[in-house]
Amino acid sequence: MSAFPFSAIVGQDELKTALLIAAVDRHVGGVLAFGDRGTGKSTAIRALAALLPKLSVVKNCPYRCHPEDPRRLCEICAAAKKETLATQLEPSPVVDLPLGATEDRVVGALDLESALVKGEKRFEPGLLARAHRGFLYIDEVNLLDDHLVDVLLDVAASGENVVEREGLSVRHPAQFVLVGSGNPEEGELRPQLLDRFGLSADVRTPTVPKERIEIVRRRDDYERDPQGFIAKWRRKDNAVRKKVEQARQSLDAVETPDYVLEKATALCVALGTDGLRGELTLMRGARALCALEGKTVVSEDALRRIAPAAMRHRLRKDPLDETDASSRVARAVDELFGS
Amino acid sequence: MRVAVNAPPSDRLVDARQTLDAIGRDAWDDAQSVAALLAVDPYGLNGIAVRAAAGPVHDLWTKQFLALLPDKPPVRRLPLTASEDRLLGGLDLAATLTAGRPVAEKGVLADANDGVLIAAMGERMPAMAAAHVAAALDDGFVRLERDGLSRLDWARFAVLLFDESVEDHESPSALLLERLAFRLDLHAVSARAAHAFSWYAGQIEQARERLSHIVVPDEILSAMNMAALSVGAASIRVLKFCHDAARASAALAGRDETVDADAEIACRLVLGPRAMAPPHEETAEEAPSPDKESREETSPAGREEATENSSENDHDRTESDMPDEMMIEALAGAALANPLNSLQASKAGKGRISAAGKSGQLHKSRQKGRPIASRKGDPRRDGRLDILATLRAASPWQKLRADDGAKPDVQNARIRIRTEDFQVKQFKQQSESTVIFVVDASGSSAMNRMAEAKGAVERLLADCYARRDYVALIAFRGKTAELILPPTRSLVRARRQLAQLPGGGGTPLAAGIDAAFVLASAEKARGRTPYVVILSDGRGNIARNGEPGREAAETDALSAARRLGGDGGVVLFFDTSPRPNKRAQALSAAMGAQYQLLPFVDGGVVSKAVRRRMTQGGG
Repeated sequence: MSAFPFSAIVGQDELKTALLIAAVDRHVGGVLAFGDRGTGKSTAIRALAALLPKLSVVKNCPYRCHPEDPRRLCEICAAAKKETLATQLEPSPVVDLPLGATEDRVVGALDLESALVKGEKRFEPGLLARAHRGFLYIDEVNLLDDHLVDVLLDVAASGENVVEREGLSVRHPAQFVLVGSGNPEEGELRPQLLDRFGLSADVRTPTVPKERIEIVRRRDDYERDPQGFIAKWRRKDNAVRKKVEQARQSLDAVETPDYVLEKATALCVALGTDGLRGELTLMRGARALCALEGKTVVSEDALRRIAPAAMRHRLRKDPLDETDASSRVARAVDELFGS
Repeated sequence: MRVAVNAPPSDRLVDARQTLDAIGRDAWDDAQSVAALLAVDPYGLNGIAVRAAAGPVHDLWTKQFLALLPDKPPVRRLPLTASEDRLLGGLDLAATLTAGRPVAEKGVLADANDGVLIAAMGERMPAMAAAHVAAALDDGFVRLERDGLSRLDWARFAVLLFDESVEDHESPSALLLERLAFRLDLHAVSARAAHAFSWYAGQIEQARERLSHIVVPDEILSAMNMAALSVGAASIRVLKFCHDAARASAALAGRDETVDADAEIACRLVLGPRAMAPPHEETAEEAPSPDKESREETSPAGREEATENSSENDHDRTESDMPDEMMIEALAGAALANPLNSLQASKAGKGRISAAGKSGQLHKSRQKGRPIASRKGDPRRDGRLDILATLRAASPWQKLRADDGAKPDVQNARIRIRTEDFQVKQFKQQSESTVIFVVDASGSSAMNRMAEAKGAVERLLADCYARRDYVALIAFRGKTAELILPPTRSLVRARRQLAQLPGGGGTPLAAGIDAAFVLASAEKARGRTPYVVILSDGRGNIARNGEPGREAAETDALSAARRLGGDGGVVLFFDTSPRPNKRAQALSAAMGAQYQLLPFVDGGVVSKAVRRRMTQGGG
């Protein structure tokens, strides 16, 4: 199964930008795509895999340890001498956490086969290990079981998966960008989980006839001949990947002037969001956006453009306020920056 | 040109509907067409949601549909009570124990690969099962991450989702309905009208071969798009279904290109059951109606942007893009003229509860809680044995145990398990509950009371602790009670549905209480704990039969109250009269409710009282 090419997706600019930002700077902290049914949320997210630059990993390490990051090595790599660690390039993982996954497969468990057949006590890494340094994607995230949500929150906060079960005691690094999608009509998301997502994209059914027809046409072309369709779009996808790679390299050099920082803080105060996470996401998001666009200084305009995605899911719900979160953010932005 | 297309289509649509209604369509003909189209392109069109009672029509239609499919594909039934193991696959326990190593077993979804999945009683399918079927329809495979297994099984199938619901507030999961191209109502077909299909498998086979060469011309796709938007079916999936259905129709007719007639069939069958009420009644009121938005898009600002991209002359572009107006009219008309339309449309919106009938579906709860991590324990005392976890617990010791001097028969066992290995499954208690608001919307204070009730509903939903709770709202006024908000836990949906509230008229108190009883019973059957919250002054003046008359109304209300109370549900009664009132107190006592005087309904007070009651637990 080859995924639908990213660059062939019509519209959905907010979601595409949010995903690219997360690809450039993983510290932005995940993307939530919430909105109408049938708008290709999961298509866009699965398409992302083809755009991610390859990772340099420790050879044969089951956890894909980063050879240059001594603080985040698994037990095996940490025990070995740094010079002896051979490296290789691997594709960046985008791991699906399907609904109905059981806890043993998510966190990892005793490998039953080798235990029963060979009598060996071996740890079979789970999805969290597979997603290390990559993306973990949950479709219909609001249907996810509560106890799995707890596990995810715990691991996402610590960056480490600690397994104590079946006589095993294993800890390994598990840093991943959480990507979720869902439809708000299926139910609300727990606030703790909502807060873990850096950016949230509001996905709406397109209404421009030309766009709608183009979507159906491309979908049909893809279904008739997936390989041919992908080949047709390869050049454009490559261009996007190059853009992501360049943005990653230039990210650290992008400057953030003080007055932009102040604006970000003022925006958070105006919207009454708790905690620092909102401000951090605003800053990092704006910086990654500028890096993607080849700029060297973060502009107010970038802050302004990233604000809806960075802030709308952090607003406290006021049942008496009928206006939706997006327009509340827009209003605050207009007041602060002048419309 | 633009103006003509985007003008409010109400009059045109109504005209078109009347003409086509006059022609008249036989529901069985449509039932056949739908079956044939799905048989031609089962994995593009995904399936049919069939509203039908069990009976000869249902059986005949199903049998003939399956007979249409070439090459006898696998047909699997999805049991209502199927666990996730059975649905997705998991560890085959018998084989695992015999072989002494893990053996995987395919689930029902993977078994149905390249075939048909039949879900009976689809309206009662658990949300989780529906989500799994929906995911398989999207992906064409099942991704299994369970029981130590990590695998991918192909699962491409068409779904027949039978909806046998009697009550309107039960309907199949929206997640699943959205992914099936067709909806069919066999209630409209009498056993006499049902006869053998005029299609046969050979024709389907030929049509399938033709399918991949068929082109859907731009103007036809454009016209179908406008028709979809004008009847309020905006999802892109719906447009794709129209496209695929038109293509399948052309393939059946032996054409290489779709023509107007194919588009008409596609629109009637795909859009018809999805059509909202005619635009002048409802869609105009909805906040961002697709119609309105598309009009905004073509406003000067939007056009400027568009021309920037295309560099084409503005006038040329709009004219060449815009499909023939006549055709859009015909297509939208065809959609609305669907004979199945009237029944389905009422179902799509808010349902009306019959005040008299009993739910009739007081089955035992299907939800026993969801399994969570297993722990050490004794299966005789603590519950169900988790074999996989037990094997895992036992496996590290196998070598050791093989060597210790046990009895020979134990020695020969493939796997040695001791009592200390036993792991039992723990189930998370299903603590889902449904708060049913019953609001008196009659008389002069109606608007105020409804607004406050709405505030309480939203407050409860917005409260983060309430995310496991469902909220529903029944309003009674005039002669009947109406389910304004079917049980939901979505704030978005609640907001939308509460936006337009009825008010004024008589006070059919008995109907309101009966409606609450019916809904509470249905919720119980789903394994949720119902909490009924009544906001009323207890003065009914419309009896159960809809006739005015205070005396009869009060007798009926009391008997309704006793029935509701007798059922053991938790009821909170908020008396909205200015001072304590005997009738309200008597009613409240009859239903065993917690009584509270609340002359000025306050959403916050109501929400807090309900919350307090819920934390005390049911009963």
